[in-house]
Amino acid sequence: MSGELLLKLELRSDPSMLCVVRGTMERLTEVLGFSAAECRSVTRAVDEAITNIMRHSYKNQPHKPIELQVLRLRPDARSGRGDGLEFLLCDRGPAVDPAKMQGRRLDEIKPGGLGLHFIRQSMDIVEFKRARGGNLLRLVKYLQPATPGEAGKRRESLADLGPTNR
Amino acid sequence: MQISARRIDKITIFDVIGDIDLANSPEVRKALLKELKEARVPRVVMNMSKVRYIDSSGVASLVEGLKASRDVGSRFILFGLSPSAREVLQLSRLLKIFEVYDDEAQALA
Repeated sequence: MSGELLLKLELRSDPSMLCVVRGTMERLTEVLGFSAAECRSVTRAVDEAITNIMRHSYKNQPHKPIELQVLRLRPDARSGRGDGLEFLLCDRGPAVDPAKMQGRRLDEIKPGGLGLHFIRQSMDIVEFKRARGGNLLRLVKYLQPATPGEAGKRRESLADLGPTNR
Repeated sequence: MQISARRIDKITIFDVIGDIDLANSPEVRKALLKELKEARVPRVVMNMSKVRYIDSSGVASLVEGLKASRDVGSRFILFGLSPSAREVLQLSRLLKIFEVYDDEAQALA
């Protein structure tokens, strides 16, 4: 864990909970000053990541545990990165073969295989590993450079969340 | 999500209200395939104006509808895409594959 915990959700692998997670992500990214397009993009990535867990890790079994943590990342002078959000998704399903996490070619017109593309297109970092008997997916999204007005709004939004512990 | 069907002449219009995601995309798929493969309706139109969000499983259902329409020689049309739905189809490089219109009048013309 490399940031300050903003939010932790524990849910079951019930697809009817996806709209609840989306609503939460939409509000969170909005409060943090993400643009409307970024809010949609981040929400989509988290939604698709949880959908993948439900479908592929848990094979559509509806009562399995999923944990989502959202952490705030502070600007890093060395890398030049600004504020960001880190999403940690943990499930207790069997080990997933990373080689199978490729998605399909986009020039093929066939159903399925799009979720990973949406995640990769939305996020700046996508990492997967097996840890403590579960699958851990780490997603990071950095805020894009903002216009002066938006930057002020973001500073106020982030200041409202209090000081960081880093 | 709610999905209901209207019939105008030889056109079936599906009015969809709500998000299309893993919880309900099988219902969309079933409705589309029934109309296209079983009823062989020559034109099936999806009213997406009240669909705020569609995920990859929903897109997969639309792709199945498109493929079924091609198999039976029907037209499968979408109209009223929200910004989110349009983005998803763009990201999956499917926006130009589907027949998409802004409103119902264009879709029925």
